Amino acid sequence: MDPRRAPRTVSDPKVRKVGFFTDPPDRSLPGPPNHPISSFPTSPPSTVDNSPPSAGNSLSPVMIPPPRHSSSILSPLRRDPPEFFPLPASPTASTTFSDDVASTMKGRGVAAASSSLPGGLLFDIAASSVPASGLTTVSVVNNLPIEKGGGVAVEMQDDQSSRSKSLKEKTTKAERRALQEAQRAAKATAKAEDGKTPAAASGAAASVKSGKSVKPPPSQKNDSAALAALEKKAGDRPPEKDRKKEVPQPRMQFDDKSRVEKAKRRAVVKQTEARNRVELFRHLPQYERGTQRTELQSKFFELDPVHPAVYKVGLQYLYGDICGSNARCIAMLQAFQEAIKDYSTPSEKTLARDLTAKIGSYLSFLIECRPLSISMGNAIRFLKNRIAKLPLTLSELEAKATLRSDIDRFINEKIILADKVIVKHAVTKISDGDVLLTYGSPSAVEMVLLHAHELGKQFRVVVVDSRPKLEGQLLLHRLVGKGINCTYTHVNAISYIMHEVTRVFLGASSVLSNGTVYSKVGTACVAMVAHAFRVPVLVCCEAYKFHERVQLDSLCSNELGDPDVISKIHGREDINFLDGSTNSENLQLLNLIYDATPSDYISMIITDYGMVPPTSVPVIVRDYRREHLWI
Amino acid sequence: MVVYGHAQPTTPWSPATGSLRPRLQSAVIPDDSTDTTVATVVGKPFSVIDEFNSWRKQPELAEAVAAIRALAAVIRNCEATTMMELEIELKKASDSLKSGDTTSISLTAGCDLFMRYVTRTSALEYEDFDSAKSRLIERAEKFGEISCKARRIIAMLSQDFIFDGCTILVHGFSRVVFEVLKTAAQSKKLFRVFCTEGRPDRSGLRLSNELAKLDVPVKLLIDSAVAYTMDEVDMVFVGADGVVESGGIINMMGTFQIALVAHSMNKPVYVAAESYKFARLYPLDQKDMVPALCPIDFGVPIPSKVEVETSARDYTPPQYLTLLFTDLGVLTPSVVSDELIQLYL
Repeated sequence: MDPRRAPRTVSDPKVRKVGFFTDPPDRSLPGPPNHPISSFPTSPPSTVDNSPPSAGNSLSPVMIPPPRHSSSILSPLRRDPPEFFPLPASPTASTTFSDDVASTMKGRGVAAASSSLPGGLLFDIAASSVPASGLTTVSVVNNLPIEKGGGVAVEMQDDQSSRSKSLKEKTTKAERRALQEAQRAAKATAKAEDGKTPAAASGAAASVKSGKSVKPPPSQKNDSAALAALEKKAGDRPPEKDRKKEVPQPRMQFDDKSRVEKAKRRAVVKQTEARNRVELFRHLPQYERGTQRTELQSKFFELDPVHPAVYKVGLQYLYGDICGSNARCIAMLQAFQEAIKDYSTPSEKTLARDLTAKIGSYLSFLIECRPLSISMGNAIRFLKNRIAKLPLTLSELEAKATLRSDIDRFINEKIILADKVIVKHAVTKISDGDVLLTYGSPSAVEMVLLHAHELGKQFRVVVVDSRPKLEGQLLLHRLVGKGINCTYTHVNAISYIMHEVTRVFLGASSVLSNGTVYSKVGTACVAMVAHAFRVPVLVCCEAYKFHERVQLDSLCSNELGDPDVISKIHGREDINFLDGSTNSENLQLLNLIYDATPSDYISMIITDYGMVPPTSVPVIVRDYRREHLWI
Repeated sequence: MVVYGHAQPTTPWSPATGSLRPRLQSAVIPDDSTDTTVATVVGKPFSVIDEFNSWRKQPELAEAVAAIRALAAVIRNCEATTMMELEIELKKASDSLKSGDTTSISLTAGCDLFMRYVTRTSALEYEDFDSAKSRLIERAEKFGEISCKARRIIAMLSQDFIFDGCTILVHGFSRVVFEVLKTAAQSKKLFRVFCTEGRPDRSGLRLSNELAKLDVPVKLLIDSAVAYTMDEVDMVFVGADGVVESGGIINMMGTFQIALVAHSMNKPVYVAAESYKFARLYPLDQKDMVPALCPIDFGVPIPSKVEVETSARDYTPPQYLTLLFTDLGVLTPSVVSDELIQLYL
């Protein structure tokens, strides 16, 4: 370890430096030494040349401690790949590809070689020159509009290259990267079983490299690059394997450029990442909304792998027509029901495996339209479990019918009947003269209020709403239509109104194992103000939404919405103060969708298992998940 | 009043109904004629209320335990031939017991827990009704045993927490807490007890009498003097009428006050409660419970315009309680819900 860390100097207030990094203080613009990838293994052997760390990639603020070998060994590898990565994402950006078939063939061939090597995260980085995914969607990706993909790649390269250019000379960088690539190619060569691989690897590497418009590398360095990559892989493979066995697959972190690129290559829908993003939330995906919609619409007839019902649901998610975790879950399951109905097993494949793969591909499509909610994740686990448990003796028709009835039963028992039980429990907590507060538009709470009104209880409701979605207005409309006395306010008046409230009813997108309630943004505010006023907070949540995950804050896992809706108000076109400044460097707009409420602020959680304190959620998850969820 | 032979915990019972019938019939006639409190269960010679009353005659027996014993007797004397019928009978008996005293939480909780404990067994899947019934009786007896012995178990568990020279504050007359203190005194521990008066039913005075008989140094306080003396106190011991799902307790009026004072002065509050008192209630505040009223005698006439708060119980939220001593062990308040979930679901 270094005896003394270099003093921290702030170069760019936007970039928050968290963690350890060893920057020599004599650099003109000390930036983060390397591009950290969260599971970066120990450093490779010394064939990679030493070079001082460059600050070319100050994209990710969160650093990991550099390994015991000096960081300088890491840096060239870490630094260069990001510039390198944009290429595989848009192989068609290169003009040297004669036709798409050739590229996909090369992609597939290399993929075969790459798949023969044990999968490791570092391998992805090392073999970034070769498209690692041999999925059929690669051809789809290649069919995409070339300009857009190329544009993105070029722009990103421009960002990085401009930054790196300002810090280092071009030639040394090019040389180093060329050496790297050569080493990688040599590694791939040495490792591959068949002779086709080196040709493919070097061919792909060469073609990819030649596609780079900014820095064309010499092709004679292929071997050394491959060799370096190979050695690095060998050193890293054992820890990777062990780690992969123990640790569950981490969620996709979007500040990890390599994985982002890999995911992009596999993407069915081509999306452009939003450019002006808040540093703290770099690990979450954010795309330009306009391009998403046009992309999807233009590709309607090309998306063979996606069933039309699933496509329709995906579009509904994208446009925000379906909101709320129950509605989304039900829509998705019903779409899958349709898809299963129309499904037919291809010859020589088992239904279970092929259907699971198909569901997986539908899921990736849906994720690209909008990231999955936790309830949807649980429903998918249930479905996959049911598919896996199908007895092999069933015929295809019977299997499909079984699955469809399973989905029906899940929706019925876990959502519809569960809601009825929740309503039955919750109305016992409403007495005459109560003033009930609710936030947003939770479906379960709405049912509770309507049922309590039907039972003749005298109470009034305060509906708290917030921009940009203004979901509370829908709830208000429905409640007033039934004749309930309502008050409507926004969340900034919550402390003003809380003194007259007797109970707070909230909905949840999920409840985590430490009792934290994960719900729409603003819920935590309401719960905390209620707690300060000693008003009991009741959360209504079906048990299928419980998850064994633990989350301590709202940052590590969240969803980013469209930032433009913050700056614009629907119907008030005169409020346009932020027009034109959305792309400025000093302003980033942040539209978070979810937040996490700690369990201390929750008095009771009402589920279909009864009324439980927040500390009992892990008991339910542990004991009853197995029995009841996956019957 | 005929006292059934069931006064002992276990009676020799043979599956053959022939040997049972004569005993019932001999007991039926005098009972029906002399007893005015005929069972609400129409047409049944066996009255669960009578059974309950007979059990209650023992002064040391808690109400809920008497109810549990009575329900166990119901199973034994039941003439049903199918499991469904047996359960229905049991439910009717349980409801009639509960309706006798609607404000008693421990009675309700005890009956409900008994029902769940007894019927929640895979023995119900047996085809042979008689063997299933015997299994039910076995479980019922076991539950009755556990409930009877609960106090002794709790007393043993809490001995580690009473050290020589400590000062204990108690509130109200809880037989469990008395058992704890008695056991400590008998094992020659040196400690002293502060007893609150416990208005309006003056239960504190009765407890101080009992403790004085055991040669335990007792100091009597009025209820308002709790904060004044809290500095000298090492721990607070209370019983419970019921333990609710959040981990809080419902107990005699004044418990919440004492717990608040103790919590603000960092003194531990220990609750001694048997496990059959775990109820499926979840009060959100003081008014969220079934009201239990107790008339207060002020000694002077009160003008009719003046309202009097006559509630006899209050709810202490779990954050003010340190530990619960139960026959299931020494638990933290959050474990109550886990236990209830495992039992009820």
